[in-house]
Amino acid sequence: MSVTATIRIQAGDFDAAQEIAALTGDRTDIGAVVTFSGICRGSENGEPIAALTLEHYPGMAEAEIGRHADEALSRWPLQGLTIIHRFGRIAPGENIVLVVTASPHRQAAFEAAEFLMDYLKTNAPFWKREESEKGASWIEARDHDDAAAARWTKS
Amino acid sequence: MRVKYFAWVRERVGVAEETVEPPADVRTVADLIGWLSSRGETYAHAFEKPKVIRAAIDQAHVKPDAVISGAREIAFFPPMTGG
Repeated sequence: MSVTATIRIQAGDFDAAQEIAALTGDRTDIGAVVTFSGICRGSENGEPIAALTLEHYPGMAEAEIGRHADEALSRWPLQGLTIIHRFGRIAPGENIVLVVTASPHRQAAFEAAEFLMDYLKTNAPFWKREESEKGASWIEARDHDDAAAARWTKS
Repeated sequence: MRVKYFAWVRERVGVAEETVEPPADVRTVADLIGWLSSRGETYAHAFEKPKVIRAAIDQAHVKPDAVISGAREIAFFPPMTGG
């Protein structure tokens, strides 16, 4: 059975529960669903922020996420996969990103979701700009995100 | 070829995309960064730390030594901060 990932890059919000339901439907062969939601924090480095604005590279964002989705599908026995990444202005408390993985057993679903998030952080062409009382500035990439992605590289 | 810029690279260059025709001796992504840097202050500022700049050819990540001949679209941007 071939599994096709659902990938959406959108400005609007998403509903995690609705996405899980869409993935599982009436199926009875799925034993585990892992959901990761990335949410906009109200502070960055201890400073309150008003909002994030996410810029993305249309076309490449879909292609890059698609490549990682294909890799996840080839490395783990997944029965379903949904990835949604928002762009535009996002206020604290709002959703940014969603990864849903479904598999017969939990380990594959956990690992695939973590793999995908680690790669989305470092390889998907999105850039966060934060707005605060001090003005707007681009958030800098973190070394520990690169290290998290590197541990999935096959030696 | 079409060149696109994103995030602070875009802000510093001052345009989101443009069409450029580099000379034949500009062979790699690193060469292109060097050539663009020579086009003016805004470019020099955008590319002042070339090691920080990431690049994509035709919407796939590439290293600085990637050859640019045949590329339709080359993009330059800072390290990504999505997710």
